[in-house]
Amino acid sequence: MTEVEDTVDPTIPPALRAEALESLLLERGLIDTKTIETFIRTYETAVGPMNGAKVVAKAWTDPEYKQQLLADGTAAIATLGFKGPQGEHMVVLENTADVHHVVVCTLCSCYPWPVLGLPPSWYKDPAYRARVVKEPRAVLAEWGTELGPDVEVRVLDSSSEVRYLVLPERPAGTESMSEEELAALVTRDAMVGVTKVQAP
Amino acid sequence: MDGVHDMGGKARYFGPLPTIDPDEPAFHAEWEGKAFALALLANRVSGANLHAFRHAIERVPEPEYLSGYYERWLASAEILLLDSGILAPGAVAARAENLRGGRVEEPAVPEPHKPTMPSGGGGNLRAVEEAPAFAVGDAVTARTSVPSTHDRLPSYARGRTGTVTAVQPAQVLPDTAAHFVGENPQHVYAVEFAAQELWGEDAEAFTLTLDLYESYLEKA
Repeated sequence: MTEVEDTVDPTIPPALRAEALESLLLERGLIDTKTIETFIRTYETAVGPMNGAKVVAKAWTDPEYKQQLLADGTAAIATLGFKGPQGEHMVVLENTADVHHVVVCTLCSCYPWPVLGLPPSWYKDPAYRARVVKEPRAVLAEWGTELGPDVEVRVLDSSSEVRYLVLPERPAGTESMSEEELAALVTRDAMVGVTKVQAP
Repeated sequence: MDGVHDMGGKARYFGPLPTIDPDEPAFHAEWEGKAFALALLANRVSGANLHAFRHAIERVPEPEYLSGYYERWLASAEILLLDSGILAPGAVAARAENLRGGRVEEPAVPEPHKPTMPSGGGGNLRAVEEAPAFAVGDAVTARTSVPSTHDRLPSYARGRTGTVTAVQPAQVLPDTAAHFVGENPQHVYAVEFAAQELWGEDAEAFTLTLDLYESYLEKA
């Protein structure tokens, strides 16, 4: 195996380092520019939290779909066309007035890509990864999510290939809103369980 | 294995949380997108797998690991390419130097030696013929031994006892797949631990669930 001293000088700025690596692989025909662009564009535009928001809004407005989603997350999510890497086996957790789930990956930054896209900075931050498994109530409160002592808190640490999506509680006062309007309210952070969805 | 990556509960990483930007983009700079794509492609080109990729990230030196997510992805891409003999040591540094106007000699292209591990198919879910050793409701204890190789048992759960709450689909064992010695699929269990079991009497009230591979566990 490669000794760490063999790896490249970390004083090289990452942009230059990426460019160097890219040019070495391109000139040997091991990779191609089109594939690189496709990967980047896919996660910039097509795969992101707007997918998960559609799943949540549908579950809020279609009781049968919600039941299916909680029973077999992978299949129910796939009916909306969302599947792929880091979404092989999806489990959906329902947050209610009594139970609050929050998801982390303490060993790396495992995250359900097909429904939420690539993880945001806070999810990858050492403080979040270290603290949420030890003091989840303090973490949530720091981000403005105050939970009463009667609310059961459940933390999920993604240590296998199971990926979790939180189904947030539908906010009061949204009864007349359409599925599309509801989807626009759903945030990435609520689908990881660190915040709640707010009514407009 | 112990290392910088095993952050759960570690006091030295405790500190203020970053601000949440609900509209944070996937990539903050062009190079981040490139690093993302290059890491996925390096994994493919070097004949590695998801677990070997994670293990490569765990082998990134601590200061570099902590310098940022795509910084460590980039470093792990290089580690995989060096491991498999696709790139020579020093090749990226030399090319970087030449790209910024230097004139250094670049090392010769080495003879590749990609790993060859038979795969039971795409992804990581597998069928396992043997019946699961544990059932929902069983009390189980996580192992205390600390391998020097890749594993997926966070240190804070070592030796702790919890309850099986679900039998998950069987999966490729990261411990062996990361080192290309075999997929060895195993049953995986959602195990729920009480906060007091993990952190002592004064812990906040909550439960914590980990998805743990069968060989990490024994009946309590």
